[in-house]
Amino acid sequence: MIRNSILLLIIAGLAFIFYHELSAYHGNDGLNETANYYATKGLSEVGAANLVTSVVVTYRGLDTLGEVTILFLTAAILALMFKTSHSQKETQKRITSELLITASNVLLPVIFLVGIYIFINGHLTPGGGFQGGAVLASAMVLMLLSISGRKIKHAVLDFIEAISGIAFVLLGILGIFLAGGFLDNSIFSLGTFGELFSAGAIPVIYSFIGLKVGAELSNIILVLNQTQNVEK
Amino acid sequence: MKYFSVEYISIFAGFILLLIGLWGIISQKNILKIIISFSIIDTSIHLILVSVGYIKNRTAPIIDGPVTRADAAQQVTDPVPQALVLTAIVIGVGITALMLSYALKLYEKNKSLEIDKYKSLKW
Repeated sequence: MIRNSILLLIIAGLAFIFYHELSAYHGNDGLNETANYYATKGLSEVGAANLVTSVVVTYRGLDTLGEVTILFLTAAILALMFKTSHSQKETQKRITSELLITASNVLLPVIFLVGIYIFINGHLTPGGGFQGGAVLASAMVLMLLSISGRKIKHAVLDFIEAISGIAFVLLGILGIFLAGGFLDNSIFSLGTFGELFSAGAIPVIYSFIGLKVGAELSNIILVLNQTQNVEK
Repeated sequence: MKYFSVEYISIFAGFILLLIGLWGIISQKNILKIIISFSIIDTSIHLILVSVGYIKNRTAPIIDGPVTRADAAQQVTDPVPQALVLTAIVIGVGITALMLSYALKLYEKNKSLEIDKYKSLKW
């Protein structure tokens, strides 16, 4: 009883604070200085039609590198925690329905294509590497559901992840020598504004981010799936 | 009525979700429910951050169609909170995966998901 009333007090106090915040809040009238810079100078400096992409990949590219590293760390910790002995013989095979197998055979290439489209067009449309990578990982979930017997090799995923991570960092370092600084995208020509091959290195970098995120999320799903199989 | 515009409604919804999540973390006993509460708080903060960057009568920060290059600064909303939320969503996925795997390990060890059964960190 005392516990519940203390809880209620805490929640009510926070609600009071939030009410004050909300009543004091008045919406923005215009962009602040940083956002204004991105919206005016950013177009000619970076050349990406999607301003969010120009912030994520170029202006705050270092943060994105850290973010990808965090995802990698998560996948690595999960793989370490669920280090399974590679004897998967005792896992009984689920019987997958014919419908699911046929549907996934039709859908898998389409889903992969959509994912790749999303991260290649990240500088033009509201897409990007992270969204595209998540779509690729969802294709992996479908694959796991439909073909329960086949083992998907970790080595392939690890290879894709390592290659795209190294390429991301190398493109960043290339920016130090050829352009203004780390992860500067003007190492390639900026091209025509709004075209697919524009905005310098952004489509390339975002493709590598997409591949890396897709591989990492797939790795997480695979590890969790394998522990599920072992426990049974 | 200033409270019935988009930014106020979304900030209000974010605050409500935050309170629900906090209530869940404090009052629930099941570890999985606590993890779900963490996810709710995560989502609420994304909602609040995005709506703080909203500017009335403006559109998404993509230069295409009606948004022209010349006066983009007068037509688009703030891209910085959106980029931040993009980062936060991905990190949220990682944190949720880690919390779930710790819960799995705890369950493997003690065969229980009730938080009351774990006394080792209590004092």
